[in-house]
Formats: sequence, C-alpha cells, structure tokens
Amino acid sequence: MSAPILWIGLPLLIGAAIFLFSNEKYSAYAGGGVAALLSLTALFIPIDTALLLGSLSLKISPAIQVFGRSFEFSAADGPLLAVIYGVSALWFFGSESTGAAHRFSSLGLMIIALLTASIAVEPFLYAALLLEVAAMLIVFLLVPIYQMPGRGVVRYIVYQTLAMPFILFSGWMLAGVEANPGDLRTILQSGVMLSMGFAFLFAIFPLYNWIPQLMEESPPYAVGFLLWALPVFTVIFSLGFLDRYTWLRSTDQISNAILFSGVLMTATGGVFGALQRHLGRILAYAAIAETGLFLVTIGLRSSNLVDIVFLALIPRGLELSVWALALSIIKRKAYPLKFSDIQGLARKYPVAAGSLILAHLSIAGFPLLAGFPSRIALFQALSTESLSAAFWVFLGLWGLLTSAFRTLAAFVMSAEDAPWELNETWAQTLMLVIGVLGLFAVGLFPQILQPFLSSLPKLFEHLAQ
Amino acid sequence: MFNEIVSWVVVILTLATSAAILVSRDWRILLGALAVQYLAVFWLVTRHLPLAMGSVKLIAGWMAVAVLGMTRINLPPTEGGDRDQFYPRGSAFRLLLMGIVILVSAGGTPRIEAAIPGMGLPVIAAGLLLIGAGVAQLGVTNDLLRVSVGLLSVLSGFEILYAAIESAILVTGLLAAVTLGLGVIGSYLITAGSVPLIAPEDEE
Repeated sequence: MSAPILWIGLPLLIGAAIFLFSNEKYSAYAGGGVAALLSLTALFIPIDTALLLGSLSLKISPAIQVFGRSFEFSAADGPLLAVIYGVSALWFFGSESTGAAHRFSSLGLMIIALLTASIAVEPFLYAALLLEVAAMLIVFLLVPIYQMPGRGVVRYIVYQTLAMPFILFSGWMLAGVEANPGDLRTILQSGVMLSMGFAFLFAIFPLYNWIPQLMEESPPYAVGFLLWALPVFTVIFSLGFLDRYTWLRSTDQISNAILFSGVLMTATGGVFGALQRHLGRILAYAAIAETGLFLVTIGLRSSNLVDIVFLALIPRGLELSVWALALSIIKRKAYPLKFSDIQGLARKYPVAAGSLILAHLSIAGFPLLAGFPSRIALFQALSTESLSAAFWVFLGLWGLLTSAFRTLAAFVMSAEDAPWELNETWAQTLMLVIGVLGLFAVGLFPQILQPFLSSLPKLFEHLAQ
Repeated sequence: MFNEIVSWVVVILTLATSAAILVSRDWRILLGALAVQYLAVFWLVTRHLPLAMGSVKLIAGWMAVAVLGMTRINLPPTEGGDRDQFYPRGSAFRLLLMGIVILVSAGGTPRIEAAIPGMGLPVIAAGLLLIGAGVAQLGVTNDLLRVSVGLLSVLSGFEILYAAIESAILVTGLLAAVTLGLGVIGSYLITAGSVPLIAPEDEE
C-alpha cells in the first residue's frame, strides 16, 4: 500500500461510494468514521518505515507515479495528515446534525482527498490545479439544487479560477529567477504574478467580498467547511513556496507586503464584523480576520513562524466547526439570522447559543479558549517587529470581541418570564459539547498539541531555521 | 510558413469569436462561438504540444459547450436568460471593451515574445485576446451562462500560453478536468433554483 493511495485514492473512492450507496442517516457516520480511521493511521503508522506485526511486515511506501509526475508523502507528513483527517472527521460527524449529511460527507471526503493531493503532488506548483478542482467541488455543497445561486457563489468560483493561472505562471517564472537571481525584471514580474494568485486564493482585501455574501446565501455549515478547508491548504501551499525559494523569504519587501495584507485583513475583518447585524456575516468577517492573522504570521521574519501558523491552524477547524454547526441549528428557527430574528434564543437553544459565543470568543483570542495561545505567541513575535502592526491587529481582534458581545446581547434579549427550553437534539448537543470541551482543552492545555507541533516544522525545513 | 499563415488566420478567428461572445445576446451564438473558439485553441495549442494532447483540450472544451447547451436548451426562454443589471451594457459599450482588449493584446504581444522567446506571436496574441475578452465578459455580466463562458475563455487563453512552456500530461489532464468542471458547474448553477423542492411524502 502506498501513502497517496491510502490518503488520496481511498477517500476519493469512499466519498463516491457514500454518494451512490449510503443513505442520509449513515452518511455522517461513514464519512466521519473513514476520516477518523485515516487520521489514526497517519498518527500511528509511520510512512516509509517497516512495521513488524508478528511475522507480518507492514510498510506504507511514500510515493506513486501518475502520468509521469509523482504524488509523495514523507514521514514528516504523518502528523499533518492526522490533523487534517482528524478535523475533517469532526466536520463529517457534525454534519449529521445539520440535515445535509449525505451530500456533505461524500463530497467533503472527496474535497479533502483532493486538497491532500495538493500537498503531495510534485512539482508542488500543480497544487494550484488540485486546489481549483477541490474549489469547484465545493460549489455543489454551497448551492442546493432547489436554491437559486446568488452573487457570492459566482464571485467565489470566478476568483478561485482566476487564481490558478497566476500561480502556475508565477511558478514557471520563479524557476527562471532561481536560474538567474540577478534579473530584477523577472523577479518583479514573478512577484506580482504570485501576489495576484495568492490574493485571489486567500481572498485578500478587497477580494473577500464574496465571503459575507456567501454566508448569507448558502448553508452555514458548508460555508464554514469551505472557510476552514481552503485557507488551511492555501497556507500550507504558500509556506511551501516560501520554503523552496530562498529569495522569497529573504526579500524584505515581500515579507512587508504579506504582513501589510494580513494586518489589513485582520483590521478590516474585525471592524466590519463589529458593524454587522447578521450572524452569518459576522462569522464570515471573523474567518476573514483569522485568515489575516495567518498572513501576519507568514509575514513575520521569525524562525517560529511555522510553529505559530500551526498553533493557529489546528484550533481553526474546531472553532469554525462548532460555530457553523451552532449557526445551522439556529438558522432553522431564526432565518435569516439577523439580530432581530435571534432575540431571546439563548433561552430556547442554550447549547447552540452558548457554543456559538464561545467559538466566536475563541477566534477573537479570548483567554482560556483555543485561539488564545496562538494569539499570544503572535503578539509576542509581532510586537518586536512592528508596534503599529500589532496595534491594528489588536484593533481587529477588538472588533471581533465587540461583535461577540453584541451577538450575546441579542441572544439574551428575552422577556424575563420566558421559560428555559432545550430544543437541540441529543446528537446536536453532544457534538456541540464535544467541540466546546475541545476549545477549552486546547486553551487550557495547549501542550496537547505539542506532539503535532514538534514534528510539523520538519515539513518546512528552511523556514524553521 | 503555411503554419504561420494559418496561425494568424486562427488569431483572427479567435478575435471574431471573442467579439461574438462579448457582444451577442443570443445564447446559441454564444455557445456556437465558444465551440469554434475551441477549434482555434486546438490549432494554437498543437504548435507546442502533440496532436493527442491538443485533442484532449478540444474534446474537453466541446464537452463543456455541450453540457452548457443541453442545460440551456431545456430551460424556458425567460429562465436563465440575460440577468445583467450593469450599466452601460449596450452592444456599443461591449464593442468598445473589445477594442480595448485588442489594443492591450497588440501592445503586450511583442513584449511577451521578447521576454519569452519561442512562444510565437500568434500564440501570444490569441492567448491575450481570449484572456482579455474573458475578463471583460466577467466584468460586465451576472448571467450564469455568460460567466461560465467568460471563465472558459480565460482558461482557454491561459492554456494556449501555458502549453508553450509546460507539456506535462498530468497538467493537460487536470486542465481538461477544470474545463469540464467549469462546464458542469455552470450547468448546475443555471439549473439550480429551477428544480422544485419536493417533500418525500409528495413523491409517493
């Protein structure tokens, strides 16, 4: 068995099988179970190392050739695969409570397989194509067949498609820069191409206008999944670029541009989020602000940047899955999720409302929650580089905190004699409680991420130096 | 020499199809022009890639056109029609846009040829024309069919240029998948909303 077949081919096939054969009830369990199994396999069975089970020798070979190009995982990829499929399992199990488990689990598993392929493909530039194919599959999650598509989804697919040519061309030009590092013109051209490509992929200001629109138009759980999956793999892809091309990470102008883009996204995301009255749009702006934080981290000239990125990447899946699940539960009662629709819902949906607020606070970097350790590490590194950047990032997080308290105020705005009810199903309650416990566990004991964090920097050896 | 002349004729064909796509309001002309455009793409791509790989692009493109056409033909005339709300949106404005695209392409072609020798002027000119016309199309429309056609045009232009610098089979396959995927997604989005939601008890 080879690693790409196990972590790319198998989930692709199982995703298709779930779509064809499984029913609504068991789809979430099938998708979540397969993802959890793949996560545990990645965690406990090392790649390219013989494992003796009695007289049986088991070895997962690292590579496979497809049309003359290789898909390859190294032993260092194991923890990353474990994290990816572990968080995916959370999303798939959670989909059981949203009522769209069949489509979500099958397509979601295929999307994750394609995104995982983007990490494995060599030359790594081809990842742009795989990201595009995955982005196209997500459209089927975003727009149910009975719903008229809005502008958000159209802009989303346009922007994702425009990103691919820029990245592929810039990759070809970067190879030229490596061969001739003194050619300033080629450096400038490839830098501009690369910036445009990643501006579309990361949805950098002002290209993020589709995210709040999509959050209003589409099922929150599907958009939450998109806002977790695509930025996470784009961050890994961009770290690959920085790791491979020395001049990219050693050019101050590029670091400054990335840092500035991140600061702009965090500040505008936070401030705009604080001004919203729609719960979906608030989630969208929070996700934008957090993506900005990734960019701020990548723009740091710190040897710890890979650690900080992954310290923020892992909780992001947990925060967004809890938030999106709570939002989809509340949306059934309070469509279209404006403040006027959700007044007093804390007494009718206490678990969903509470989980939503905690996930929101976690993204804002509130102490004791999962987002806090990464924010502290980021501020420590950022304050030594640029106090003004740290101020604007703080302003963005302050905006997120403000929107959290505004949401809380709307939730508890009910008549004093209104009775407390528990309208969530047991499955919804269980998933939300597990998610919230996870948020507290990572916030209170961040060292539980240490086994992953200690080995993930090996993926980007030059950056970690 | 013969190939060079044919290539320039193909560039003119590309220009005509791009202008037709940008200006025409009839979906039949739109998709017909796109189908002819893929013939032009096939010829220009085979300047640098083997015939078989060029054929993949042609077939994938035609399949995307067929998928979009089959979807559109099954919709009533009002549904999926032109939903543009942009101003200005007249034919004169679109022709003006096409004029700008032609000027930019004419200006950019020799520069790119100087920067990347060996690509060939017709290949660069056609690639830039398609990308420019596609972007112009995306900028002036909300209509799902037109957006799909605009994206396919941009992708075709990119494929013509990229074929000159990258000949990997995997890339050709993935780009064909993206072309087909855009056709299918366009078709899905055009159909979405026109399918009534039927409750399970109503089906029985």
